[in-house]
Amino acid sequence: MARVAVTLPASAKRGEVIEIRTLAQHAMENGFRHTQTGELIPRDIITRFSCSYNGVEIFRAELHPALAANPLITFTTVAAESGTLEFRWSGDNGYVATYSAQLSVA
Amino acid sequence: MTSRRRFLGLAAGALAAANARAQLDPNIAVKRRIALDSAIAKVTRGTALRQGKVKLEVPPLIDNGNTVPVMVTVDSPMTAAEHVKAIHVLTEKNPQPYVLSAYLGPRAGRARLATRARIADSGRVIAIAELSDGTYWSQTVSVIVTLSACLEDGLI
Repeated sequence: MARVAVTLPASAKRGEVIEIRTLAQHAMENGFRHTQTGELIPRDIITRFSCSYNGVEIFRAELHPALAANPLITFTTVAAESGTLEFRWSGDNGYVATYSAQLSVA
Repeated sequence: MTSRRRFLGLAAGALAAANARAQLDPNIAVKRRIALDSAIAKVTRGTALRQGKVKLEVPPLIDNGNTVPVMVTVDSPMTAAEHVKAIHVLTEKNPQPYVLSAYLGPRAGRARLATRARIADSGRVIAIAELSDGTYWSQTVSVIVTLSACLEDGLI
């Protein structure tokens, strides 16, 4: 199971801008490296990341080989209503990781 | 124990790798610049790029190109009428110019994005922001890389 970590506040005031930090454990093999015997190591990266807030997509990113291993993506959102934030990473060789977090808005 | 056959196989592989390095295009710098320019044109769909509004924070001297903190902030009220639609980060000296493309909207509240990139060599890093009114703004930062990412391939 792919490991991911997401940091966001558990509760926020309505209308407040909250910061969400996401991290996925992945080698992000860039596809430009060779083994000692000269064979090319095939590309194996996360290509897409998305975040939805109560079912509505609020952030989406396309990842490329030039992103560091264990890609970190930090973004912000407005705390609109209490609910669930769903995070999804997908990539080469059928890689999929999901995470969901609860946010209570007062 | 390494057999003679295995040794010859390894030697051939090493020679092939050295050969690939020797065949690196002498015009690589020009090709990289053209690749970056075409990537920018693709991102902006041919619209002129304006300087300003975007703040790209990258350390000017990078010890380790494998993990470079990159932060992009765009000056925008982030309302439904006026917001940032997308933020793109590109580099000049990598084998491919693209680093990250992020798509956001008024629900982001603030146009700020932070990530970590790989940078192969000293050169330009560019952040481009696409605004809801169809304009494109950018900032370019020149960085110096002492330890490169993807060094072993001689791809620079």
